[in-house]
Order: sequence, then structure tokens, then C-alpha cells
Amino acid sequence: MATVASKLYSDDVSLLVLLLDTNPLFWSNRSTTFSQFLSHVLAFLNAVLGLNQLNRVVVIATGYCSCDYIYDSSLTLSGNSESGRTGMPALFGSLLEKLEDFIVKDEELIKEQEHDERIASSLLSGSLSMALCYIQRVFRSGHLHPQPRILCLQGSPDGPEQYVAVMNSIFSAQRLMVPIDSCYIGTQNSAFLQQASYITGGVHHAPKQLDGLFQFLTTIFATDLHTRSFVQLPKPVGVDFRASCFCHKKTIDMGYVCSVCLSIFCEHHKKCSTCGSVFGQSKLDGASTVSDKKRKAPDS
Amino acid sequence: MSDWQVKYKSTVKDRGARGILKLREGMLLFVPNDPNSDSKLKVLTPNIKSQKYTKEGSNKPPWLNLTNKQARSHIFEFENYQDMHACRALITKALAKCEEEPNKPAAVLTSAEQLSIADLELRFKVLRENSELQRLHKEFVETKVLTEDEFWATRKKLLGKDSIRKSKQQVGLKSMMVSGIKPSTDGRTNRVTFNLTSEIIFQIFAEKPAVRQAFINYVPSKMTEKDFWTKYFRAEYLYSTKNTAVAAAEAAEDEELAVFLKPDEILAQEARQKIRRVDPTLDMEADQGDDYTHLMDHGIQRDGTMDVVEPQNGQFRRSLLQDLNRHAAVVLEGRNIDVDSEDTRSVAEALARVKQVSKADGETTKDANQERLARMSRVAEMEDLQAPQNFPLAPLSIKDPRDYFESQQGNVVNEPRGAGTLKRNVHEAYGSLKESILEIRTKGLSDPLIKPEVAFEVFRSLTQTISTAKNIIGKNPRESFLDRLPKSTRDEVLHHWTSIQELLKHFWSSYPITTTYLHTKAGKLKDAMSNSYSQLEAMKESVQSELRHQLSLLVRPMQQALDAAFQHYDADLQRRAAKSARGSAGEANGHWNYNKGVIIV
Repeated sequence: MATVASKLYSDDVSLLVLLLDTNPLFWSNRSTTFSQFLSHVLAFLNAVLGLNQLNRVVVIATGYCSCDYIYDSSLTLSGNSESGRTGMPALFGSLLEKLEDFIVKDEELIKEQEHDERIASSLLSGSLSMALCYIQRVFRSGHLHPQPRILCLQGSPDGPEQYVAVMNSIFSAQRLMVPIDSCYIGTQNSAFLQQASYITGGVHHAPKQLDGLFQFLTTIFATDLHTRSFVQLPKPVGVDFRASCFCHKKTIDMGYVCSVCLSIFCEHHKKCSTCGSVFGQSKLDGASTVSDKKRKAPDS
Repeated sequence: MSDWQVKYKSTVKDRGARGILKLREGMLLFVPNDPNSDSKLKVLTPNIKSQKYTKEGSNKPPWLNLTNKQARSHIFEFENYQDMHACRALITKALAKCEEEPNKPAAVLTSAEQLSIADLELRFKVLRENSELQRLHKEFVETKVLTEDEFWATRKKLLGKDSIRKSKQQVGLKSMMVSGIKPSTDGRTNRVTFNLTSEIIFQIFAEKPAVRQAFINYVPSKMTEKDFWTKYFRAEYLYSTKNTAVAAAEAAEDEELAVFLKPDEILAQEARQKIRRVDPTLDMEADQGDDYTHLMDHGIQRDGTMDVVEPQNGQFRRSLLQDLNRHAAVVLEGRNIDVDSEDTRSVAEALARVKQVSKADGETTKDANQERLARMSRVAEMEDLQAPQNFPLAPLSIKDPRDYFESQQGNVVNEPRGAGTLKRNVHEAYGSLKESILEIRTKGLSDPLIKPEVAFEVFRSLTQTISTAKNIIGKNPRESFLDRLPKSTRDEVLHHWTSIQELLKHFWSSYPITTTYLHTKAGKLKDAMSNSYSQLEAMKESVQSELRHQLSLLVRPMQQALDAAFQHYDADLQRRAAKSARGSAGEANGHWNYNKGVIIV
């Protein structure tokens, strides 16, 4: 790759890592088809690449049981267009090809798995980890690198079994100072995405109408990190901070927390399954109110 | 007790009013003869600071001048000197008596209140520095909800810090040598004067254990302390004159002096013991060099001159090296006793005690000796000559990290789907997805990508969202709601928070209630808390309507805590009532009975 003079590097050079939700179980029963969605997304990517000559875009597909890198704008400089295909900008020819290959592979994988009775969630933890690895490589590439951020386009519901892995990725992103933006296009609320954006300082938005998705994307998510300091972006009023318990992967509001490793359990255990520390007696009786808990030994 | 006819003047120039001076228990009364005059006087004896009187030999009339603590003086002119002297004697006696007494009641006072002037000053200082604390103090202690002691009970750290800081640092010993203190010589009368302070005494005792021992033995049985020190300094003087012949002569005469002139036997013994205790394999605690009393030195005296050794008087000499080493050793050891008293004997005894303790610790008992020998033999062995040792091994258990990750998958229970239907659904889904991709590849991006009305709608809704969010949250996401309140409300909210915490702390600490004191305390605290509660309510109503919701959210945890406290208080009260009703059912105690309609006779 050609070295770039440093004076070309302005404040708003950005690296956008897009996590695309390709969960077939989600897309199979939506009013908006996947192709319409894809067209919005591809146009958005084009717009981002057009904002600055040095912008970079990486697309990672989040499948049902696997993830993979689909597109890296810094690798496809040589634009050997596919002649014969009409309508599609040559830039994204390879993207679509790789996407198709990925979906085929994903299908193969799911055939091998036994009946997997879990919620139809996509592998968000996997794609977050891959994005963070790529960003870490960019950080180590030298002095001049674009400012990375992650955009998560998700529609599938949260898989509570991925809670630990997702939280670990979120905290790593916080450490790296990489904001995670999230655009949730599904029906229910996604606690993971809200927490991710809140903790890392990104933007979370759930657009209601999908036919205006392109407008949402360009208005909110195309702003680079430098511009965000003087542009007002929509902020959610509250954040859903629910966690899932470590034993059953249920989403819980109140539970028990191990004081050594902070793992969350929904019921009383004798031993922590993560760190092995032994818990003491539970001080709570069956139906106790707040005042009961505070009362000391009864007077004799 | 006695009455005298006197004339009372307030100043010297005053003509004086005639009357009777009565000395009663604890006070002085002057009653003028003329009932209309207003020079009646009553002076309490403790108030009298001093008394002056005119001498008999002078031409002045017999006057007694009493000055009281407020610097007012009362002059009484007596009829004759005898009366005056009698009165003066009685007053002196009374003054002496009442000087003893304040010591006793003062002792009682301090033990009851535990407050000295220094403490009070410290408290005021802390209050002055911390305005928050001062406000709390004003609110609770002055309205008698909490007492001073309770208020400060949890804040001992604030009060104690200063005093602890002062006494933490230990003062070491001076590095100047004692023998470097030059006496003042008086050339005229040929006297040499040494100045002794307790610091110097301490250092002498620390450096020369023989002197200490001699002190304990001789004083006060054989000689007084002054004599002891005189002898000691005579010995020092003799040393400094370097006249060993004279020293030997005097030592032969005076047995006690000889003690000071001999080399320090105790020290030598200690050094020998230390060397014996040394573990040749490892311990470098002491070695031959520690025995500095017997060091071969270069014969250099303190002022640098060389000296010829006279063998028979060799013991009456000390060299610079010995002195320096001993002094350095003592300074490095530091101050190991805390005795601060002026009494020389107690200092000597304390030092002796310490030395005995350390000696006892160091004494090697038979077991300790055995252990030492065993240790020496262990350390001295050579590894390659030993037989191979088979220690029992504990098996290594390294957990597979995959267990952690896989256990996180857990047993997730969903509604069970038939395997067949699942597979079919999945295949269909994948199929439709692939079709979509094919479609977009052939058709390309849709044109127009987005309808203008839709775009406009999006813009409008976004603008609305952002502006409403700005109203609710504020321009700066990091800004808290507290900053948006008017300053007075904000201060009030914060103050309520701290005061409610303080009240709750004392309230919960007074349970379980065992004494009446705690009972009244809980009652008072409960009243103060209900007061706070109503103030919170009033504050909520007084604030602007758009802030009200957020404010009530902010205030809610405080109110919940107060509610819990009230609940507990009422429940406890009920329980007590029920219990006392039950308890007194068997007694003939009618008025404790809460059961209606049952009268115990």
C-alpha cells in the first residue's frame, strides 16, 4: 500500500467496522426483504467511503452459528470490475460474492449441529471479537491510522448465553476507546446493544420504519468521531441494564452476585461456578421484607 | 468565724466606710454600719488572688489589700495590727484549703465529661473547617436531638488525627557524645561545673551499663545522687587529664570512684555473650569486631596525641575508638524506653529492666542450643553428597479453560421445537436469503434508493427525538440533574441527604433497645426524622413543575429509607407492648396491662 503523507490525514479519517446481521431466521419473516436492506446498507457504505479519501470500511457478517470478514475496502483497491453484471457498482461485487459464500458455509455448519434449541439469535459475540481484533491490528500498524468505530446492524434478539462474551468484548472496546454504535432493527429491545453503546460512548438508535433506513444511517451513523463533539445525536433516555444469570442464561433483574468474581446467579448456590469460592449461609428467609432484613436479633 | 471592725475602702484615697468584716466558710462578708450605704461586699475565698498588707514598722495604718481575680482590689483598714494579722492568717489558711479542693472536684469533672480545653478547641477547629459538619452539628446537637458525645462518637478519626500525629514520631538520641560536653571551668575558685540534664543522664546510663548498675546499687543507700554524680564527673575529669598515675592512686583510695574508672565489665560481658550466640553458618549479627572494648587501637587519645602505654595502669585508660564505638552503638539502638520522668533512679531501673529482658530473650536454653546445632549441621551439608530424596508429590491440576467458556453455554431451556420442523425452517430461511442476494446482484441498487417523503419523515422524527431528549436529559449527557436545580434547592437536597444519613446511622445503632436511654434516643430521632420527611415533601411541592418528576425520583430513596425506619420503630413498639402485656399477666401489676377488659388484682 502506498504510504500517505501525513498532511492528508485530517481529524475525521475513520475506519468503520460494520457488523451485518445475516441471521436467516430473522430475515425470513420480515416485511422488508434482505435485498432491500442490503441496498440501503451498500449505499451507506458508499457514502462513508465518499466522505473522505482515506476512510476505510470493513464488513463482518454475523451469521447464525459463525461469522466472517466479508469486505475490506483497503484490500480491494484494484477495481477489476466484473463485466457482465448490470446495475451493481463494481466496488461491491466481491462483497456480495463473499457474502453468498459465507451464507453457504453457515448453512453447512448448522446442518452439522444437532437440534440447537436456542433463541434465534445471531453470533454477536463472535463478530464483536473479530472486529476488535481487526481494530487492534490497525492500532499496531503505525503512527497514522484512522479512528476506528464499530457499527452494529442487528435485528435478531439477544442470546442470553452470549452475555459473558459480549460483556467482555464491550469492556475491551471501552479499554481501546472504540465506540460501538448500534442500530437495532428488530421488534424487541436489545439490552446488549444498549449497554454496549452506553458503556463505550457510542450511539444507539432503533429506527421504526425500515424503508428510511438509509436516511437513518447517513444522518446518525455516518458522523465520524471528531464531528460528534459538535453534532447532536439522538440519545436514549434510559438504558436497559439487565443481565443474564450465569447458571441458566435467563435474563434477570435481581439476583445473587459472587463477591470475588462478580458472576451473577439467579438462585442461591453453594459454590461459585466461575471462581470456585464457597458462599456462606444465605441470610434471607423465605418471605422477608426490607424491614425484616434490617432487624437485629430480637429482644429477649 | 471571726468578725472585725474595719473600714472598707475600694481605693487608697477613699475615705472608707465603717463596718464589720466577717470571715465565714468560703467567703468574706463586709456589712457596713450604715444600712443606707451600698458598700456591702461579699468576696468568695477562691476568688482572692493575693493579699497585701502594710508593715508594722511603717507609719501607715494597718491595711489589708485583697485583690481578686478580676483585678479589683478591696482595702480594709483594721483597728490594730493584731487584728489584721489574725485576719490575714485566717485568709491564708482558707486560701490554702480551697486550693486543694479544686483538684478534687476538677478530677471528678474531667472523668465525667472527658473534655479538656484542648479537646474542646480541637472540636471547634474541626467544626470551623468543615461547614457541612457545622451545619449538622447545629441542627442536631443544639436542638438536643443528639448529644455531643453521640455526635462525635463516630468521628473520632477527625478528632484524634492531630493528637495521634504529634505522638507518632519517636525522637532518637543525639549524636553528640556525652563526653564531649565540656564543663565550665571557673578559673578563680578552681571549680569545674558540669551541667546535668535528664537527657544527658539517659545517655550516660545507656552507654555505660556499669555506671547504671553502680547508681542502682549506691544511691540512695550509700550516697546521695549529687555525690554520685560528683564522683562520676571526677572520674571523667581524671580521664580527660590523661594522668593515669593519679587515676590509679585515687582508684585505690575510693572504691566507688574505682567503679567509674574501671573498664565497663557489664559491657564486656554482653559483647562476649553476643559473640557466643552467633551462628557461624549464617548469622552476621555479631562478630569479633563488636568487642570494641578490647580493640587494639592505635593509642590515639582524644586530642590526637600519642601515648605510651603503661601496662599496670592500662586499665585506667580509655581510647577514642572505644568511646566512639560505644556511643554509635547506643545511638543506633535508639530510644527503647518511654520513661519520661525526671527521676534518675526510675530511668536507671527502666534501662536495667530492658537490658534484662533482652538478656533473658537471648539466653540460650538447652533446646535452643540443640536447635541451633541441628540447623548448623543442616546448612553445612553438601547437596551432591546426599542421597536422593523422594518428596511426596501433589498432582498438578490445570483446568482446561474451555470448560469455562463452554459452561457458559449452559442449559438453556426454550420451548422445544421438533427437530424436523427446525431443519426445514432453517433451510427455507437460508434459501430465501440466497435468493435475496442473487436478486440484488442482478438488479443492483434500487433506484430511487429512498423516497423523498420517507426521508423527510425520518428527518422530522429525528429532530423531534433529539429536542425532547435535550429537554429531559440536558444538553450535556454528563451533566447530572442536580446541576439543573436552582442552587438553594440543590443545597437543600444535599443537606437533607447528609442529615438523613446521620439520623439513620444513630437510629439503627440504637437498636436493639435495652435501656431507657436508648428508648428516649430512638424517640427523639424518630421525631427528627418525621420532621425531615415533611420537609422533603414541602420541597418537592415547591419546585418548578418540569423539574418535579426528576426531583421526586431523586428524593425517593431517602423517603424509602425513612419509611423503613418508621416501620421498624412502630413494629418494635408494638412488639414491646405485646410483650409487656404478656409478661405482666402473671404479676399483680395492673397498669402495665394492655389487654382490654382484664384486670389483674
